[in-house]
Amino acid sequence: MANVLEMVGVVKRFGPVVALNGLDFSVEAGEVHGFLGPNGSGKSTTIRLLLGMLRASAGSIRVLGLDPWHDVASLHRRLAYVPGDVALWPNLTGGEVIDLLGRLQGGQDLARRAQLLDLFDLDPTKKSRAYSKGNRQKVALVAALATDAELFLLDEPTSGLDPLMEEAFRGCVRELRNQGRTVLLSSHILSEAEALSDRVSIIREGRVVETGRLDELRHLTRTSVTADLAAVPAGLDALPGVHDVVVTNHRVSAQVEPSGLAPFMRALTDAGLVALTSQPPTLEDLFLRHYGAAVPVAAAGSSSGGTADA
Amino acid sequence: MRETLAGTGVLIRLGLRRDRWLLPAWIAGFAATTYSTAVAGAELYPDVGSRVEAATALNATASLVALFGRVYDPSSLGALSLIKYTAFMAAILAVLMVFITVRHTRSDEESGRLELLGGGRLGRDAPLAAALAISFGASIVLGLVTAVSLAAGGLPAAGSIAFGLGWAATGMAFSAVAGVTAQLTASARAATGMSLGVVAVTYALRAVGDLAEPGPSALSWLSPIGWNQQIRAFAGDQWWVLALPLALCAALVPVALALRARRDLGSGLRQERPGPARGSLRGVGDLAVRLQFRLLAAWAVAFVVFGVVIGSLAGNVTDLLSSPNAQDLIRMLGGTQAMTDAFIAAEISIMGLLAAAYGLSAASRLRDEETDGHVEALLGTATTRPRWATSHFALALAGVAVLMLLAGVSVGAGAATVLADANQLGRVTLAAAAQIPAAWVMTAVVLAVFGWAPRLTGTVWALLLLFVALGEFGVLWNAPEWLMELSPFRHSPLLPLDSGAVGPLLGLTVTAAALAALGYAGWRRRDLAP
Repeated sequence: MANVLEMVGVVKRFGPVVALNGLDFSVEAGEVHGFLGPNGSGKSTTIRLLLGMLRASAGSIRVLGLDPWHDVASLHRRLAYVPGDVALWPNLTGGEVIDLLGRLQGGQDLARRAQLLDLFDLDPTKKSRAYSKGNRQKVALVAALATDAELFLLDEPTSGLDPLMEEAFRGCVRELRNQGRTVLLSSHILSEAEALSDRVSIIREGRVVETGRLDELRHLTRTSVTADLAAVPAGLDALPGVHDVVVTNHRVSAQVEPSGLAPFMRALTDAGLVALTSQPPTLEDLFLRHYGAAVPVAAAGSSSGGTADA
Repeated sequence: MRETLAGTGVLIRLGLRRDRWLLPAWIAGFAATTYSTAVAGAELYPDVGSRVEAATALNATASLVALFGRVYDPSSLGALSLIKYTAFMAAILAVLMVFITVRHTRSDEESGRLELLGGGRLGRDAPLAAALAISFGASIVLGLVTAVSLAAGGLPAAGSIAFGLGWAATGMAFSAVAGVTAQLTASARAATGMSLGVVAVTYALRAVGDLAEPGPSALSWLSPIGWNQQIRAFAGDQWWVLALPLALCAALVPVALALRARRDLGSGLRQERPGPARGSLRGVGDLAVRLQFRLLAAWAVAFVVFGVVIGSLAGNVTDLLSSPNAQDLIRMLGGTQAMTDAFIAAEISIMGLLAAAYGLSAASRLRDEETDGHVEALLGTATTRPRWATSHFALALAGVAVLMLLAGVSVGAGAATVLADANQLGRVTLAAAAQIPAAWVMTAVVLAVFGWAPRLTGTVWALLLLFVALGEFGVLWNAPEWLMELSPFRHSPLLPLDSGAVGPLLGLTVTAAALAALGYAGWRRRDLAP
């Protein structure tokens, strides 16, 4: 599939600080691409480069076949952007801001605008000064989503939204994908990227360290397994591909590589398996592995309620 | 300490840390100015005779009395040398204290910084108390440093102290005014605007009051800037007048605290009303007009009022100079027409400086919009950088032109009426229009600095002040010629205009255009720097 967006060897320096250090990154047409990294890893810098707000120190950037630094107007007419930190003019109402941004974008769909206001439960008559962070974000989201863009650049779009609104937002992104539009979604909220993304890229210290479909990336990591046994056998941690074994009374939990799953499960069955929870690797795991920290059991099994209460 | 004041000390330290360059620079600037004026005054007026002559002429010239006030002891060197400092500089000091007070109260509240701090052990009144402590403290230090500078410059100690304390008390009074306006509105801009309005009104009150014969009328006594003049430093030292600004402080501070107690964090006294659900702004040009229109309208009203007052004073410029000496002087200078022209030219060049200040503040909005993060949303759309920059820059240029044309028409109409000479309208309007290019140069300097060194955009104000000071006091300070030539205002042609004016006007316009082109080039190629 054609790449909608392509960055090759991009370097961005701010004085002595190197924000991006040879970044290679691409997004395919029609996909929702999760762009993951912790605070300060270079996500927003990357997005601002894609928008021509910053100028790359080295490397090449193409977005929709155009150079974002030189072809600003023609490029921006075809994309929509939601900044990470939405700042609005305090004495304009939300409705006025939405309409202004829509007009500058080259028009928006009025029916869609009304629908989105309703969906996000946003009062457009309030002055921006009176909006909370979440509501300011909704203003930017409505303005962007009501346009007819090919590419959506969303920088941590849900960081101020409550869970209900986050769900509404997810619905909107799925709709965009069904219409064949391309979405770049930066986030440090991993569950969000996991729920929405076709592919993810992980950025660390100004480089993309991993890119791929989620099911591909899962091969890189371990499954978290917790089991209640009749009796815990010795030597579980000696099995190949089994890590971080924690034993609490009759309960054992471990991180298991894909290749080690079969022998590990056989060992558990032989030990009189009573109950079993296994968690597919979450992005959290991918993420933590790339940032060098060991994955604590309790953190990995968040939804099963923390089994290692030793 | 009361619970509502908890954390005041921390906020004072934070404020002083943020102002660690700003405050010393201003205080040093005021001290250097007063010192050099004290020294220069002694050279200019070496004996009592020269002082009495200068002071009498000054007191007899209505325009100068309206602008600066009277010399209450014609034989006093200090009173004469510092005539421009008791009202004019006191007003600048008032503006400075307004900025400092609002900066540490409403600006911090509007930006949400206070909310961040409010999570700590911070009493409700602490931000206001800390802001006032900083601006009161700055006023007092500035006053004492000024007193020392004046005495060091050779003026009598008692008068120097009275003068310094006068400035200190005036600074405190306007800090307290800003402390009140900061509680009234949710926007820092509006709070500053209201306070500056108070400065302007009090300045105008004393201007009218001082014109009354024989001495200041009650109107001057209604104005804190008038009080500063009535302290009469070096001309009798009326110490008791110092009690008036201090009493005003004592009255306003509780008002500000009471207002603060009645409102929520982040809100003004008036509740926000809902606005339109649909917007009518068609583009960045509309947006710039919407954001800046109120400011321009306020300036326009002030210009028209100021212009009409100035214009109607044109008639008695020569009436007041009735002494035989003065009449000789008038003849020497080219007759009554020349005197009237000189008066109108002086006033119009002051309005030209004010228009430049407007242009500077309107163009500085470019930088404000960038630091506030608003530009990011706009540049994310199909708006190009030059188009967005043009929205505010063109408005600033147009605003300058509108203000000067209004000034010309209102001064000209006033002069035409009192002099019964319809020709005045056209020639004065033309003379006012001739001040536009110099103000455009200052406006374009903002764009140039914004394009290449955005973080330094604020320093253009210092440049404007330098040019104003050079124009007012350059000769007094023996400033080098090349430095004075640097000021665009020095090249603005004055009344009566002739064909020789075309060259300088063209030169200034080309300079402004070149600076603007430079600014656009920088802005096109730099990173966004919020």
